[in-house]
Parts: sequence; C-alpha cells; structure tokens
Amino acid sequence: MSYLNSIGEYFLMIKGIFGRMTKGIILKSLIFKEIDVLIIGSLGIVSFISFFIGGVVAIQTALNLNNPLIPKTLIAFAARQSIILEFAPTFISIIMAGKVGSFITSSLGSMRVTEQIDALEIMGVNSLNYLIFPKIIAMLTYPFVIAISMFLGILGAYAAGVWGGFVGSDAFIEGLQSDFEGFHLVYAFIKTFLFAMILATIPAYHGYYMKGGALEVGKASTTAFVWTSVVLIITNYVVTQLLLS
Amino acid sequence: MIEIKNIHKKFGEEEVLKGIDFVFETGKTNLIIGESGSGKSVLLKCMLGLFTPEEGTIEYDGRAYSNFSEEEKRELRKEIGMLFQGGALFDSMTVEENVMFPMRMFTKTRKRNLIKRVHEVLERVNLKGSENKFPGEISGGMQKRVAIARAIVNKPKYLFCDEPNSGLDPNTATVIDNLIMELTKEYNITTIVITHDMNSVMEIGENIAFLKDGVLAWKGDKTQIFKTDDKTVTDFVYSSNLFKKVRKAQLQGH
Repeated sequence: MSYLNSIGEYFLMIKGIFGRMTKGIILKSLIFKEIDVLIIGSLGIVSFISFFIGGVVAIQTALNLNNPLIPKTLIAFAARQSIILEFAPTFISIIMAGKVGSFITSSLGSMRVTEQIDALEIMGVNSLNYLIFPKIIAMLTYPFVIAISMFLGILGAYAAGVWGGFVGSDAFIEGLQSDFEGFHLVYAFIKTFLFAMILATIPAYHGYYMKGGALEVGKASTTAFVWTSVVLIITNYVVTQLLLS
Repeated sequence: MIEIKNIHKKFGEEEVLKGIDFVFETGKTNLIIGESGSGKSVLLKCMLGLFTPEEGTIEYDGRAYSNFSEEEKRELRKEIGMLFQGGALFDSMTVEENVMFPMRMFTKTRKRNLIKRVHEVLERVNLKGSENKFPGEISGGMQKRVAIARAIVNKPKYLFCDEPNSGLDPNTATVIDNLIMELTKEYNITTIVITHDMNSVMEIGENIAFLKDGVLAWKGDKTQIFKTDDKTVTDFVYSSNLFKKVRKAQLQGH
C-alpha cells in the first residue's frame, strides 16, 4: 500500500513541477547552474570510466576469439555494439544514479531539514517548480554526455585493441563500420532521454519528501540510488523489448 | 490584525488544538508561549495555511483565510514575512542574494533598486559589509539577522517568528528580540512570535497567548504574566531556577 502511495505521490509531484512557473529570468540562471553541476560536473568521471571500460571490452573480446576463422574485425564490432547499445546509455546511467542522483536527493533533503523548502512555500513560491524543473531541463542535455561516453568508449577500445597488439588499425576501423544500423543509435538515445527523466525525478522525489534529520538525508540518498537503479533497469528492459525485439 | 476563532486541529484521533480564540494585534509583538507539545507550532502552521484546521476561522484584517481563492492565498503570502527557527537561509546564495530573493521573485523592480533596498534593510539589521558572505561564513546571530532582513524586505503586513532565539547566547537573543520589536513598531506590522524563552517574554511580550495542551490557558501581557496567580501559568513561568528565585523573592516581599 505504501508503494502505491509513493507512486501516486511521485506523479502528483510531477504535476506540481509543471504547475505555477517561476519567473523566466530566474529559471534561466537556475538551469545554467544545474547544467554546470549535474552535466559538466559529471563529464570527468564519465570520460574516465568510458575510455577504460571501452578498452576492457576490446581486450576481453580479443582474448575470447580463439578460433582463427573468426575475423579480428569482430573486436571492433563487438565493442561498438556493446558500448552503443548498453554500456554508454545504461551502465553510465547507473553510475549517474550514484553521482547525480545522490547529489539531487541530498541537496533537496538538506533543504527540507533546514526548512529552506518551507521558506520557499511560505513566500508563495512553487518550490517543486523552482527546485526540480531546472534539474529536469538540465538533464535534457544528458544525451550529450552519453554521446561523449560512446565516442570515448570506442576510442578506448581502439587504443587497447590496436596499441595492445590485438588488432590492426585498418581491421578495427573496418569492424567498426561493418553492419552498422543507424536505428541502434536512435534506440540508445530514446532510452537515454527516458533515463535522464528518471535520473532527475526519482532522486528529487526522495529528497523533496524526506522526513527527519541529517541521518535520514543519508538514508534517503541510498534509497534513491536503489530505486533509481531498479527503475532504470526495468525501463531498459521494456524499451529494448519494444524497440529491438 | 489577525483574529483566530475557535480553531480545532486533529491529527488522526489526537486533537492538538481544542478551540482557540485570540486576537493578534497590529503594531504589537504578539507571543504564543507554552511547553513543548502544547500546540504552538501547529497553531502557527494553521495561521500560515500549511495546515487546515477542522473547525474555526482565521481572519487577516477581517479577511477570512478559508474563503480565499488559491490566487488570493498566494497574494496573502507575499504580505507575510517568516523567520524560521534555524534561519532557513539558502546555502547557495550570498547574504545579499538571500535578502533580495523575495523581491526578485515577486516584483519587477530594476536590479539597481533591488540592491538599494537590500542594502537599506541590511543596514537596518546592522549587517552592512556582509553582503557577499555565504550563510556558512557568518555566525548564528548574524544568520538570524539576515533572516529578519529577508522577512521584512518586502515590507510585510504580518511577521511570523518561530523560536527566533533558539541556539543564541543571551546577549544576541536580546539583540534579536529588540530588533523584532523595533521593526514591528517601525513598519506597524502584526508580529507573532513563538517562544518558550522567558527572557523574550520579559523583553517583548506585549500581547501573550499561553497554550497548555491545545487550549488557550491564559492571555495578557508581560507585566500581567509575572503577577498572575494562575497555577498553570506560574508553573511554566517559574520553571527555571533563576525565575524560581525571583518568584521566591516576590513572595517574600523583596
């Protein structure tokens, strides 16, 4: 019953976010600030992880290709497919649930504990719109992060595959281009967009409606990470079933 | 003036407010005092529209809150200044931005004029020179003064203060009390202060409502409260050792 209650409360929150809007000029500065914190601030860790995981995918594939009849171009093909279809959109989103999600929950939770949200409400500000709407808009730029992740993942695979002596540069490029389906990118970005909305709203829900003190802020961040990950994985399954099967 | 009539508020089966009537007068510091759990904060939240009472009316200068449309409620909130127990300053904003916030949100005033007004108010609360500091960089007393500046920047008609002295040393607490009282007179506003600090009662208690178990147990002013023989009130007023000694001296005729 409490789960149903939470789901209902979550959708009421979404409705509230798009209710009475904050002044445009204030929203604009808040959106830029959120883009800086949520998106630009995540580029370092996303780039680092993408490059090295791309490299590991290439090495793992190369080490498992024992049959001489299987061409080495498969290393690049397998790396490209796994990075574009799953690693970049899904794996990075799980990492972002930890980084960005925890930040959103703890910052809103702290505002709740220190009565800053009450202060906004008493001033007559729609606190849901003021606090969460800029985060949602900022997360619309999340597909750029995933595009960078895809690029760096493949670059990492190239670096590990070619410089590690597992495949020649030409063979890697050939494998990268073979059987490329544009729709796979469309699929990846559709789910990235959905993940962005999940990453912005579920942690926001857990922070905004938090009750208690400082200890509960930590608990809310953990709960938000768990639920964001669960919803991401389920959404990933449903979208894959709908678009690719 | 804010008049509350027969306010009842329940949480589940528990009745927290049991029919409270009181008039909070304009130009005076009106205090709601009482022990923890007596219903002070619930009453304040009912008056602010954060809780809806099951019964009774709250009238802001003759305008019944329950009859307000959503738009009217929003407009009323612009006439309210609120000082929270912990200050509730926005951590990510400087002192200047915090004080400017209500004006930026609700007025179309040019930035130059906004800054002028903010500096005026900060000077009034003796915080000139702290404009560019963040809340984390200033003391608790200064944070309270910033919160007061933010509450009065839009020249409110009603000022609510929730335990304004909590966590402050006696000297700073007196400064805050006096500031609240001075601003009440200066702007001729209806100020409502929730407190259980007897020093505040002595300093600024011009119109006092004493709550006990959700009931208005006594009303009067700071002179009367120290003269009353009502046991419910005296038990509360003289609960601290210092005031017990004062009471003893009083009874012995010193």
